[in-house]
Formats: sequence, C-alpha cells, structure tokens
Amino acid sequence: MAGTGSDHLRAAASALLTVDGLVVEFPAGRGERVHAVSGVSFDLLPGETLGILGESGCGKSSAGRALMQLPPPTSGRVVLQGRELTGLSRRAGREARAAMQMIFQDPISSLNPRRKVRDLVAEGPRMWGRKVDEEEIRDVLAAVGLDLDVVGDRRPHELSGGQCQRLCIARALMLEPTVLICDEPVSSLDVSVQAQILNLLADTKASRELSMVFIAHDVAVVKNVSDRVMVMYLGKVCEVIGADDLVDRGRHPYTRLLLDSVPEVPEVPKASGVDVALPVGPESGAGPAVGVPGELPSPLDPPSGCRFRTRCPLATDRCAAEEPLLREVGAGRYVACHHA
Amino acid sequence: MSAVPMRTLQAEDRATVLQVDDLHTVIRTPRGPVRAVDGVSLTLRRGETLGLVGESGSGKSVLGRSIMGLYRSGSTMSVTGRVLFEGRDVQAMQAAELRALWGSGIGMVFQDPLTALNPVKRIGRHLTETLRRHQTISVRQARVRAIELLGLVGIPDPRRRVEQYPHELSGGMRQRVVIAMALANDPALVIADEPTTALDVTVQRQILDLLDDLRTELGLAILLISHNLGVVAGRAERVAVMYGGRIVETAAAGDVFAAPAHPYTGALLAAIPRLADPAHRRLRAIDGTPPDLVSPPVGCRFAPRCPAAQDDCRTAQPVLTDLATEARAGGSGDGVLNAHRAACLHPNLGAEPRPSDQGVR
Repeated sequence: MAGTGSDHLRAAASALLTVDGLVVEFPAGRGERVHAVSGVSFDLLPGETLGILGESGCGKSSAGRALMQLPPPTSGRVVLQGRELTGLSRRAGREARAAMQMIFQDPISSLNPRRKVRDLVAEGPRMWGRKVDEEEIRDVLAAVGLDLDVVGDRRPHELSGGQCQRLCIARALMLEPTVLICDEPVSSLDVSVQAQILNLLADTKASRELSMVFIAHDVAVVKNVSDRVMVMYLGKVCEVIGADDLVDRGRHPYTRLLLDSVPEVPEVPKASGVDVALPVGPESGAGPAVGVPGELPSPLDPPSGCRFRTRCPLATDRCAAEEPLLREVGAGRYVACHHA
Repeated sequence: MSAVPMRTLQAEDRATVLQVDDLHTVIRTPRGPVRAVDGVSLTLRRGETLGLVGESGSGKSVLGRSIMGLYRSGSTMSVTGRVLFEGRDVQAMQAAELRALWGSGIGMVFQDPLTALNPVKRIGRHLTETLRRHQTISVRQARVRAIELLGLVGIPDPRRRVEQYPHELSGGMRQRVVIAMALANDPALVIADEPTTALDVTVQRQILDLLDDLRTELGLAILLISHNLGVVAGRAERVAVMYGGRIVETAAAGDVFAAPAHPYTGALLAAIPRLADPAHRRLRAIDGTPPDLVSPPVGCRFAPRCPAAQDDCRTAQPVLTDLATEARAGGSGDGVLNAHRAACLHPNLGAEPRPSDQGVR
C-alpha cells in the first residue's frame, strides 16, 4: 500500500479543500523519526463527506490534525478555498482556519471543566472579539438538541458523554465553518447515543451546507456517513472509493481484511461479490486468520515498497521493491496495489 | 463469521459450571444506593459461551465482578442472592478460599491488557507466579509450562517472549498473554469483560477466534461481556441483554438477533450502522438516556424510552417470562436453558421465530 500518487484528485477549481503530498513526521530521539503520514493526497468537494478509515497507528488522526496545522505538516500543501494554509503567519493561519473546525474523540476532555455550558459555546467567537448574545447561544444549542435553560449553567462533568459531544458540535458551529473535521467523534459513545450523534451530524451537515472529513476506525460507521472513503494503512493510502462501492468493490487486500474482520450481527448477509478472491482467513471464520499476522510494523522503520506487504496474502518480491501508486480501477475507484 | 456453527460438546459434558440466582449488587454512594445489579439469574454450562450485552451503566461489569467475588457485601456495597460456582457459594467463601478460586477456578480477562500486566515484570514472571501460587511445581517446571501456555494462545517464538516486558509486545500479543494467565491453572470458567474493546478490529477477530478455540479444546465455560452486539453475535451460543441492572431478554443467539422480543433489544439492533445498508441511511436512534440507577423508574426501566410503552409498563415491573410456552411452542434448541425469555409486558412477537442453527442438535 503505498499510496503515494494523486490520480484520484479532482479538478482543483471544483475542490473546497485540496491536500497534496502531506507528510507528517515526529522526531523520536536518537535521530529516528516516526513516519506518521507519508505522502497522502486528497480533496474535498463542497458538501461532500470524506471518510478516512484505518486502524490505530495508520496516521488518520495525524492527517486530520495536520489539516488544522496542529502541528503543521512536515511537508505538503493544504489548500482551503484557494488559500494555502501551510507557511502562513500565526495570525493569518488562525484566521484562515476558522473556516475549519474540529471535533474530537473524547468530548469530555476537550471541554474546559471549569466553564459553564453557556460560556463554552461562546468561547470561539469571543476569542475573535465578537459579542455573543443569549439568543445566539440558545439557537445553536437548540440546533444540537440541547436546551439552554436546562444545561446553560452546567459544567462538563454534569453532562453525559453524548451531551458533551453535542456541546462540542455546537462550539464548532458557532464559528460558521465550511469544513468540519471529526476525529473519531462517536467511538467513545454507546451504540444508542452513537446513532443520535451520527444523525445529528447528518442533519447539521445538510442544514448548514458543510463539508466533512470524518476520521474513524469503525467500517460501518464510516460507510454510513461518507460519500467517499479513503482507507489508510501505516501512513499511506490504500484505496479511495465511493462509500456505496466499499463493501462490494473495495479490492485492496487491506480493505478486504478490514471488511472481513468486522463483527456483524447476523441477518445481514455476509459481504460477497468480491472482485478478487483473497485467502483472508479460512472461510468458516473460525481459527486464526492464516497469512494475516496481527503485528503492525513499526512506523519508525516502515517496510520498503508497499507498506502492507508484511501482512498481505498477495505480496510478492515486486511489492518489496516497488511502491504501488494509486491507479484508477473503475469509475471513482482508486487502488494502490500491484496485484488487486 | 456470523454463521459459524458451534462445535457442540456431548450432553454429559455439559455440567453446570455457574449458577446465579436473583443476584442484587447495591453500591452505596453519597447520592444514595445504586442498584447496579438488580435481580439477575443466569446459568452457564461447560463448553458454553454466554454473551452478556449491554450499554455502559447497564451493570454488566458489576455483575461479572460480583460473580468473581471481587465485589462482596461490606461497608460500601451489599451483595445478596446466590452465586454458585461448581456448587459452591462464592459470596460465602472466606478470603483464602477466594484466593484459591481466582485463577484456578475462574480466570478473568480484562479490557485493557496493558493495565492488567505489571510493566516491570517479564512476561514469563507473570505466568510462573500464578502457576506457582496454585500448584506445587518447581521454578523450572513453571517456566516450561509458561512457554507451553504462550504457545497455546498463539504467541510466536514463546521462548523469546518470556524474557520480554509488556511494553515490548503489541496490544494483541498482550491480550494473548492475559488470556494465557487466565488459563494457567485450568479454570472451568473464564470471565472476559470487554476483551477486545481496546484492540483494533483485525486483532479483535483473532482474539475472539482464540477464545472460541480454547473453549472447544479445553471445554471452558466463557462469560463474554461486551457492549458490541456484533462481537457477541458470532461467538456466543446464548445471549443475555442487560438494561438498567436487569436482564431484559435472553435466548439462543440466533433467536435474539433474528426475532428480538424486547423493544430495547430491537432498538439496539436498529441503532447499529450496518455494512449492507447504503451510505447515509438514517439510523434509528433510541431517544433519551439510560435510567439513573439511584432512582430508577417504577415499572419497566425501559418504559420512558420505549416506543411501545403503555400505561401498565409504568406501574408494573415485568419479569423474565418464557415466550415459548405462550406464543412459540417448540422454541429452539435444548429446552429450558435456551428458551427465549423477555422481561416485557408487551413483547414483540410479530416476527416468526427462525429455527435455531446454533443450538444443540
């Protein structure tokens, strides 16, 4: 999976956000570097939701933060509405990225525990020196399903996890963003609350004409919210595919492994119609999956060529020598694999 | 993996390992007593996996710990009812008996393998310690057994791994070590409390497969506690759904998922996004929040959130009732134990019962 390459990018004029050759590295001492994101490109059209799917350590959160310049990427370009965000001065950067807002995984720890709900909501605009009246706070809270009279004077610890996440969404909306970046927004929530928040995000996106980057590890959740899905592994892109094509037409071996590993409640027929038959695990599903060791290689010293080759059932010598580039395999479907 | 036929053991092997009768665990807090487990009964036999499903705060972990005897009556909590492990009452045991029970009778696998392991002890030491505590064997024998156990749980190169520290292993490998520790002294029952929640999905499947293989090989009884219906679906023969400290529905796994009788089970199933659905399909969320167990609602605890609730639901407390005797004679699988029961005054019996493909044949 190598996934460098930019064949999947669309005409620059139509894109709201274009990310090109994003590299994020962190120093790890002794001259070593963690290669968190290694040359990832993607774009986002107005009103589109891009899902970034991957397991822990794949660089999906680092990529999301690099968009916000938190911290700025090691190299690569982030262009929002025609404006280059990397390399801006502090002040100009803050202004430019107000149009992008972010929601995090743990809603409780992303709120200041000492402030009341009414102040938390107004924090963003006040930072920009804008006066916020009570009506505005009431409206935005109502939009996320909270009542100012009930929760206005509460502090974060007096709210449930779902309410905190609603509050985080309200905070983000106060700045009237055009792009909402959600980093695992529902993974710490219960199933019943998860559905409430996902529905809320869908409604908010529609009513405010937002574009969204939705980062998560849960395949079914990502499929549900996304128009387009980008699968990442160890800092690289494996596959870019329309959400509705993911299950039946996703063909990168890692995408197949992910789909095959999802524990699903029966009654749903098992995903079939695989383009390529892959020996990912025995058919019965029992017993350890053969040829797919669970060990993620170290991001300090990622494998040469395709980064997935150490776990890939299709790997050959070519995969070690040559990094596969994203290539189009069908309408709107791009795969970075020599053999898929 | 959902359609895995359970490899079933012979009937004579299926002795009852665990029996819980009307267990109540009340935790005293400054806000008042929290009835975390409120009248739970269940039975677990040899070679069987019982899946216990519930959202956070439903009492599933407290139930697991009460069964272990980790929670006992004292100044901060009261545990009433009976927990019989191989015929012995866990709650009546003395401290020494409990120490003998933990490890050699009941093994426990926790959610986070990193906090379950001591960071300054080598992997081998974790295993030899528990082995030598419960068995009279030499250090050398214990070490040989430790290497065997690591091999059993699928850790490659166990000879090298015993010399390593927990931080040198990946999350999946650590969880395998925790499972090896739980199995070290041949327990009859393993309580796995969210064993894969901290793991990635590709690793999760390997760990669930491992537990399932060990169950058939060693004839273990497994209590698999999870918030994830999908995790439980393919692995458990029977499923119990908890809500507000009570079991609201229990049946053979196939019956629970194919024809949920309790509205909560149905709502929970409907709230999960599924891969087979088209993108952007609207999810059916459950309105409201779980009950506060300091002052739970009178009557059915799900009534305030239940779309089918009627007046009697808010006054009368429903008990677990056998559905087979009323509406679906025949039911599924083997008689009383796999019977489909729900604690609901107006259970959903609309769906035709599907012949179980998972029960004992």
